[in-house]
Amino acid sequence: MASPIEQFEIKPIIPALGFTNSSLFMVGGVALIVGGLLYATRNRSVVPDRFQAGAEILHDFVAGTLTDAAGRDGMKFFPFVFSLFMFVLTLNLVGLIPGFFTVTSHIIVTFALAALVIGTVIVYGLMRHGTHFLGLFVPSGVPVWLLPFIVVIEIISFISRPISLSLRLFANMLAGHIALKVFGGFVVALGGAGALAVLAPLPLLMAVALTALEFLVAGLQAYVFTVLTCIYLNDAIHPGH
Amino acid sequence: MAQTGTTAGTVHEAAHGSGEFPPFNTATYPGQLVWLALTFGFLYFMMARIIVPRLSGIIGDRRRRIATDLEQAAEMRSRAEEAGRAYEQALAEARAKAQAIAQETRTALATESEVRRKALEADLAQKLAQAEAVIQARTESAMANVREVATEAASAIVERLTGRAPDSAAIESAYDRVARS
Repeated sequence: MASPIEQFEIKPIIPALGFTNSSLFMVGGVALIVGGLLYATRNRSVVPDRFQAGAEILHDFVAGTLTDAAGRDGMKFFPFVFSLFMFVLTLNLVGLIPGFFTVTSHIIVTFALAALVIGTVIVYGLMRHGTHFLGLFVPSGVPVWLLPFIVVIEIISFISRPISLSLRLFANMLAGHIALKVFGGFVVALGGAGALAVLAPLPLLMAVALTALEFLVAGLQAYVFTVLTCIYLNDAIHPGH
Repeated sequence: MAQTGTTAGTVHEAAHGSGEFPPFNTATYPGQLVWLALTFGFLYFMMARIIVPRLSGIIGDRRRRIATDLEQAAEMRSRAEEAGRAYEQALAEARAKAQAIAQETRTALATESEVRRKALEADLAQKLAQAEAVIQARTESAMANVREVATEAASAIVERLTGRAPDSAAIESAYDRVARS
């Protein structure tokens, strides 16, 4: 029987291009997002059909999250945040289809996305506010003798952001898929174990329940990733607490 | 038993390059990063250039359209209210005018009939006065005739009884005495 971690193997498809199953699902996911949104908005009708209504709900949802966290100024980052949300959400959900590869279950992918977010925060913050952006690490109203400690703590917390952001998504996806695979394996193992086969439906029920939970986690982690991105972007737009 | 397990393990490892946990296999990182950059870059480009402008255009158009529709509806309503007020005013004016005309006609008719009545009364009064004057004149002439007839009759009676014509002055004074009482 296949090991629970075999599903995370990167397998080359076109070795010359470095094209792997991971690349295939990235391309497929992006094609799904771009194609779906272009199809949904093809009519630009005032009264939307169901696809356009869905696209508008996604748009308004992400726009609401962004403006809640970063204000009206945050809307200049909307294409970036919307791309991140759709990318993570789509690849999380596509990965739940049995036999499909989950791009977001690889730490390098989630870390690259998180680094992109933090890189955007730092570059935009320094460009827009110059050294004033560094005031982010110096909270106002702190006694002078405490400042060195506070600054160190603030810097550590800032650096830990991309790590926690990427680890959270990666670990959730990884753990969920392993758990699904383990319970699926139990069904097969018990089914082939003679009299114990009567117990086989129990892990099957568990696998069904876990699948539902994983759908929730897929959506929730995409949302959490987006909300934290918005909060970090707010620091770049409005530095200084 | 242990040996077959180990062999299977090495075969397994050999089949998948290093036996590392796949997400921590650094050999796959460059390829994943390149394809992530390509796909996410394309996604961002399409979002920024086409999809987001289109979506916010749709939503903005709808918002503007609803706003203008509401504005138009409010304008129509105020116009309708204005028309209603104008109608009410015209109605009130017409009613007032009708009342004024009725009042005018009533007073005109009243004065006319009053004038006619006055003229009639005056006419009647004049006729009455004329009639009274005629009666007065007749009465006076009749009374004068009575005196003449009475004195003549008295003179004739006295002449028949005494055989001679009485003194007319005595008869006149006797008549006056009788007529006064």
